[in-house]
Amino acid sequence: MTASATIHSEATRQQADAWRRQTSLRRFYTALGVGLLLVAMCATMWFADEANAGHFFERLPHILDFLSWLIPKDWNDVWRALFDIASPHDKGTQEFNFPLGRVYVWGGFYIPEYFELMLTTVNVALVSTFIGFVFAVPFSFIAARNLTPSPILRLVVKRFMELLRAFPEIVIAGLFAAIVSIGPVAAIIAIGLHSIGALGKLFYEINENIDMRPEEGLRAVGANWIERVRFADLPQVLPNFMSYTLLRIEINVRISTIMGAVGGGGIGEELKLSISRGFGAKTLALVLLLFVTIFLVDQFSAWLRRKLVGEQAFLMSA
Amino acid sequence: MGMTAEDIGAIEERHPQIFQRPAYKRFWPLVLIAGTVLYLAYALWFFSLPQVLKESHWERLPLFLSQWISYDLQPEFRLDQPQITPKYPRFSALGENPNPDWVIRNPDGTFTVQIDGEAKSITFDKTRATIVANGQTVLVSLTDGKPEVSGPVPNWVTVHDDEVVAKMGFVGEVRVTVDRVKVRKRFLGWANFVFDTRSPFFGKSAGEVFSLIVSGPELQSGTSNLALAADNIWNNAQWQHGDVWTKLLQTIVMAFLGTLLGGIVAFPLAFFAARNITPSGLLSQVLKRFFDFMRSVDMLIWALFFTRAFGPGPLAGSAAIFFTEIGTLGKTYSEALENIDDKPREGVASTGANGLLVQRHGVLPEVVPIFISQTLYQWESNTRGATIIGAVGAGGIGLKLWEAMRTNSNWANVFYMVLLTLFVVFVFDNISNFLRRRLSRTLHDYNRLQAAQG
Repeated sequence: MTASATIHSEATRQQADAWRRQTSLRRFYTALGVGLLLVAMCATMWFADEANAGHFFERLPHILDFLSWLIPKDWNDVWRALFDIASPHDKGTQEFNFPLGRVYVWGGFYIPEYFELMLTTVNVALVSTFIGFVFAVPFSFIAARNLTPSPILRLVVKRFMELLRAFPEIVIAGLFAAIVSIGPVAAIIAIGLHSIGALGKLFYEINENIDMRPEEGLRAVGANWIERVRFADLPQVLPNFMSYTLLRIEINVRISTIMGAVGGGGIGEELKLSISRGFGAKTLALVLLLFVTIFLVDQFSAWLRRKLVGEQAFLMSA
Repeated sequence: MGMTAEDIGAIEERHPQIFQRPAYKRFWPLVLIAGTVLYLAYALWFFSLPQVLKESHWERLPLFLSQWISYDLQPEFRLDQPQITPKYPRFSALGENPNPDWVIRNPDGTFTVQIDGEAKSITFDKTRATIVANGQTVLVSLTDGKPEVSGPVPNWVTVHDDEVVAKMGFVGEVRVTVDRVKVRKRFLGWANFVFDTRSPFFGKSAGEVFSLIVSGPELQSGTSNLALAADNIWNNAQWQHGDVWTKLLQTIVMAFLGTLLGGIVAFPLAFFAARNITPSGLLSQVLKRFFDFMRSVDMLIWALFFTRAFGPGPLAGSAAIFFTEIGTLGKTYSEALENIDDKPREGVASTGANGLLVQRHGVLPEVVPIFISQTLYQWESNTRGATIIGAVGAGGIGLKLWEAMRTNSNWANVFYMVLLTLFVVFVFDNISNFLRRRLSRTLHDYNRLQAAQG
């Protein structure tokens, strides 16, 4: 009786020791990881500060000076800038030349300059997402392991999409700026090519997880590859495809804004100019317009995605 | 054996949800397609695409692409001087004393330039030039005040008023006028990638350089040859290795620092923003709108603001990514928290643990792998995004790329930087994928263990 109890407690003690050892080892690794991360953080902070034109602590007291030009003397100028209405502060400089940018559509009816620019940016995003979608759908069926018509073709398409995804958009934009002239068309090509790669990857990962029974059914009745894809696979994946495409529109609106700032046309260019010259009212108007647009696009896309695929649409990468 | 009308009717009746769908459900794909077509027509007009495409220069594309992996040398021969001497552009890839073996001074006073061996070459003196290519020979007389081709003109030769142009494909071209001959010879590869023309190691083979470094006399007194070679490579004027690699490191640092700081700030905030954990519903709403705000202001705007505040450089870029990431990570973290299983939390709370301990032992083990995975994902995408942000002045390789492209002449440098960027993106994608796979396996094991223990 006592002997067995001793053995029992002996085993328990061993177990407890093993557990303790394991835990302390784990704690050690966690501490090591966090420590390394902290060291890396400090080192990179120092590096970034050192390489920057102005230094952090040197510039910090002046942060508020920088904000002071942003606050306009007359808040109404923000609205005037937004809707191209003449400002009483106009002295012939570019800071308050609001009515000059009007785009007349019909008689006296005009689209304010910034709305037109915002429209350009959004259109760039929409058209390039469309290009991405149109090419990514067939590519994704070729690149999916379970649906591919030929393994070699699959590898080629997969590598091609990887390349498109990783290739810096700015280089494609620069290359095409020299060919189709600088402006939104070069941006469309650059963002479109990138979207093919980005959407294609997401799409073929969806394709690899579909239910294969409809596909087998169609194969049994002698359907060819296109018919199988069209009637067995596409209906399963289309809601998910749409959902990812909507997500891509959100991302592309942002990229298209940035592309604008480096010569791709649209609102980015105007924003960059206005910030670098310190035009407070114009900057605020542009930021407001951009903020509201991105917010609306995000909300609309989230709403539509929720309708299409339910809550699943929001588990992006987990 | 076909189906009768009755059978068909019976099937239709059995599955009304398939055969009698409401009109909007039957027609929405059609409406969607019609809408897309209309929109595309509008976009065509909006961007005046036909005109842009008509005015575009597609013939430049193969030229630019070939410049990515090749370089050319352009010797020029003045014919109106007493002596014909080859002249090279000031910063030609051949250095200060060019004497290439494909420019031949013949004993009879003529010059021969071999563009692709004997088969594609030009031989000339002050009175006439003989161009050979594609198995054909073209004689150009230079005595009548303008170049004149005697005999038939092949299609690879163009005769202008005062100039004869012979295009020889990728390898180059020849332009002949009465007072000068211009040759462009194209080479595959990158010129002077290791040492530039000012370096004492320029033009030496790898073996020579190696033996100089190991046992040669000091080329520059006071520094070892190894240090000199390293310095020459790092400061290569044409390729700017030092600058390119520093800028690349800046891009990596921007993405790393921005994402890490964003994660550190978003982590505590997410607990207050998650509906099921927050002490106050109002606070949750405020924080969620704050996250939306940080995200919607957009990385570009933050980058422009911080560039103005801190001056151009990686600090501005890191700050821009940091601010955007507070929004993005805050949102994803709080959504992950809202999806957790409540039971472990209740279990810990039932032992009388205080709020902080409940979070530590009841929530954290479940969400930390998800948090890390999402952070890695953002890090990966920011490494790519940091390249673009750089171009507006936020530091890193982006600006350098953009400047190299603006001149339209430095495509080999652009390609060098693109290759480096692709390599970095590839490496970081793989690190991030590897770590996330490890994490998901941990998560998977954890769940299986939980299931096995009931």
